[in-house]
Amino acid sequence: MNWYGCWTLYTRETRRFLNVNMQTIVAPALTAIMYLIVFRYAMGDREVPGMDVAYFDFLIPGLVMMAMLQNAFANTSSSIMVGKLMNVQIFLMMAPLSALEVTIAFLAAAVTRAVIVAIVLLLVLAPFTNVHIEHLWMILFYGIAGSIIMGGLGLIGGMWSKTFDDMALLNNFIIMPLTFLSGVFYSVKQLPEVWQTMNHFNPFFYLIDGFRHGFLNVGDTNPSQAIIVVSIATLSTIFACWYLWHTGWKLKE
Amino acid sequence: MSYALEVKQLTKTYRNGKQALQGVDLSVPEGSFFALLGPNGAGKSSLINILADTVKPTSGHVTFLGHDLFRERRWCKQHLGVVPQEIAFDPFFNPRDILKIMSGMFGFKPDLKWIDELLERLELSEHAHKNARQLSGGMRRRLLVAQALVHKPKVVILDEPTAGVDVELRKRLWDFMRELNTNGTTILLTTHYLEEAEELCDHVAIIDQGKRLTSQSMKGLLDSVGSSALVLQYAKPMSQQALLTLAQFSPRIDGDKILLCLKKDHSGKNNFNAVYQTAIQVLGEAKSVRIQNEDLEDVFLRITNEKKT
Ligand SMILES: Nc1ncnc2c1ncn2[C@@H]1O[C@H](COP(=O)(O)OP(=O)(O)OP(=O)(O)O)[C@@H](O)[C@H]1O
Ligand SMILES: [Mg+2]
Repeated sequence: MNWYGCWTLYTRETRRFLNVNMQTIVAPALTAIMYLIVFRYAMGDREVPGMDVAYFDFLIPGLVMMAMLQNAFANTSSSIMVGKLMNVQIFLMMAPLSALEVTIAFLAAAVTRAVIVAIVLLLVLAPFTNVHIEHLWMILFYGIAGSIIMGGLGLIGGMWSKTFDDMALLNNFIIMPLTFLSGVFYSVKQLPEVWQTMNHFNPFFYLIDGFRHGFLNVGDTNPSQAIIVVSIATLSTIFACWYLWHTGWKLKE
Repeated sequence: MSYALEVKQLTKTYRNGKQALQGVDLSVPEGSFFALLGPNGAGKSSLINILADTVKPTSGHVTFLGHDLFRERRWCKQHLGVVPQEIAFDPFFNPRDILKIMSGMFGFKPDLKWIDELLERLELSEHAHKNARQLSGGMRRRLLVAQALVHKPKVVILDEPTAGVDVELRKRLWDFMRELNTNGTTILLTTHYLEEAEELCDHVAIIDQGKRLTSQSMKGLLDSVGSSALVLQYAKPMSQQALLTLAQFSPRIDGDKILLCLKKDHSGKNNFNAVYQTAIQVLGEAKSVRIQNEDLEDVFLRITNEKKT
């Protein structure tokens, strides 16, 4: 393994977002705060039906998770896209880096960005809520797994997209609906039966629910089922990234 | 002789069906300064990109410093530096960081002294801390050269490294390349500046339409094929018929002049008399007559044109 090369690529991908931290860290924090202000006034102290939790507290883990997912996706997809447009991907191909090393570096950087954003958000939001950590392992497991999955989808999406329009399409029609409809703003128990069943096929639903479970100690899913689904989704994403990079999909003539 | 590169029957067919390489063989001796020449679209970049692993080969075999290039990519990549023809740069970083990152990706802790020397030799020191976006075209090209050298490769391949670089800097770039070559680095380059190739390179290969036309030492090519040409100038245009009659002397028209190839026999005497007599029989008396020693450019044009007719 070329670990030093992998490390260098990882630092390259983290510097990319640290250099523009206003866009990548401050902006998502601001967005989440605005959401919360709006919901705070709109919902007051209302509780989530069927749960002994204030709706406002219910929202916080979901919003944090959503920010993590979106930032992980943005980190890999934008880097690959810019790399493609500026033709810099050739340097990755010329360097003695295997597909596994490239995958590890990109995904680790995506996770790093997601975790930094999550910590910043939690610190900013802490004073306004009673939410606290109940099960740290759940928060870490679902947070990191979610970031890997989204970082991986960003990598694949970046390879697939020919233009920024393709990327926007992917974002608006697949990524946004999947994250939005997976229970950030509501408990699935509030949904009609059909939707509840459908959501059990959506890995993001397990991610958000599991992550929230780590804070609120209540959840909509069966924990062991969630762990299995999430683990499979994570490993498949890593495998897909490795495989596509290995074959040079859409990158190499 | 040991070879830095031995390319055997390399082919490349692009997805659109274009056959860019049709079974190319090429042997680049270790320590040589090798010119890979060919007109636009000949397949030079396709060949280089396959070596660099940015394009997949269709079939063929390449040995790189005794290692199978397609099987032992990692080892080979560590000893190969490639300057791509297309300008590419990462808009997030400055040249110095780009070089450090490149070195790291090759698995080497950045050698800061070497990086400074590269920046210095390629006249980029002043711009080392500017964002790469602010560099001019020629500066970006030089940065690509620096990137290819940052891990001190044994073999360096440059795809038109001097395109867009001004005369002065081009000279200095060549001096630098020559110095590297003297210190044992094998250098393969493509260029459309044939005088430079003639002056610098000790070996030359010419490819066209995906096929290799010739490959030998520069001196050998200029002596054997190049010899010299008889130049006859006429007032009126020449007929196609006349050209056909003179086909044995590989005629070439250049404005109102016609160039006919002179060959040497084993004693070193050329066949001036025979050619001249035949020519004036066919074309009539010429306005002016002179002998011109062909340089690489003439040889190149003749070899690539012969193939077409
Ligand atoms: N990605 C591609 N898809 C399809 N055809 C291609 C592709 N890249 C190159 N070609 C074709 O392959 C042939 C060889 O191109 P190549 O770039 O190797 O030529 P070259 O010798 O480097 O030319 P130049 O001197 O202009 O750089 C050309 O006909 C070109 O049109
Ligand atoms: Mg080319």
